Amino acid sequence: MRARVFVTLKPSVFDPQGTTVAEALHTLGYASVKDVRQGKYFELEIDAANSEEAKRIAREAADKLLANPVIESYRIEVDAAQAEMAR
Amino acid sequence: MKFAVVVFPGSNCDHDAQYAAEHVLGQQAELIWHKDTSLRGADVVILPGGFAHGDYLRTGAIARFSPIMQEVKRFADAGGPVLGICNGFQVLLEAGLLPGAMLRNANLHFHCEHVYVKVEQTDTPFTLACSTTRPLSIPVAHGEGNYYAEPEVLARLEKNRQVVFRYVDASGQPTAAANPNGSLNNIAGICSEGRNVVGLMPHPERACELAVGSADGLVLFESAVKAVSERALATSR
Repeated sequence: MRARVFVTLKPSVFDPQGTTVAEALHTLGYASVKDVRQGKYFELEIDAANSEEAKRIAREAADKLLANPVIESYRIEVDAAQAEMAR
Repeated sequence: MKFAVVVFPGSNCDHDAQYAAEHVLGQQAELIWHKDTSLRGADVVILPGGFAHGDYLRTGAIARFSPIMQEVKRFADAGGPVLGICNGFQVLLEAGLLPGAMLRNANLHFHCEHVYVKVEQTDTPFTLACSTTRPLSIPVAHGEGNYYAEPEVLARLEKNRQVVFRYVDASGQPTAAANPNGSLNNIAGICSEGRNVVGLMPHPERACELAVGSADGLVLFESAVKAVSERALATSR
């Protein structure tokens, strides 16, 4: 089963990389892009009985390693179609 | 007395730290591989600068799982003096031995230059021989030294006098221009609540002999020697 983990800096934390990317986009003429926040994306292949278990494992992985709770938050998606097939 | 310098895959200031302790100060200093499980009776532990595990995931994020870190934590919990320099500071943050986290330098530049650092607290094992009036001239070399902590954590650090080092100008003022990376409150280094764990971004080990431009960093190592001998005296009484 595949879990996708999206890690981003918390809204209160300044993101120098995202700001620089936004400035580059402005240079390219994309004035409509108001803000960019850069983050990390992980795909976890998990041997789990159901999507709830996969999500629980992904959450533990994010809490313990993938994200630093001081500066980052995360969001998890478990591939529903694959989860159905696995059943 | 004996220094232990932990070597992670990607550490690159390990030999500089060993050199400062062994050749400049005439103490014992042993390099200890990160997979070792013993600090071999060391009195002081140094986590050196570099790029442990290639800075993969986040700086210091993987190093915190190295087997030796269990021992470093035990040593720190027992009051042993631990110094994290640059990447070593980042490892201490990820390991939870010090509060806060590092962000990319605010202007995204990798800063490699001499800066002025003011020592504000002398009741740590690495600053007890320092002067709080004359700023130290020691180099920084990092891309992620932008110290961040949540407002309440930052307030607690200031209240508990855990901010040990601050970036200042030549006259000792913590100005925005003197801050190389955008770190909150110009923080260059902090200590634990117990004051025995100290982390800083500047590299004192790279400024221990006048031949390399400055010997201002040596006082941190001298402080550690003094702290250990005073501790030994106190326990033998």
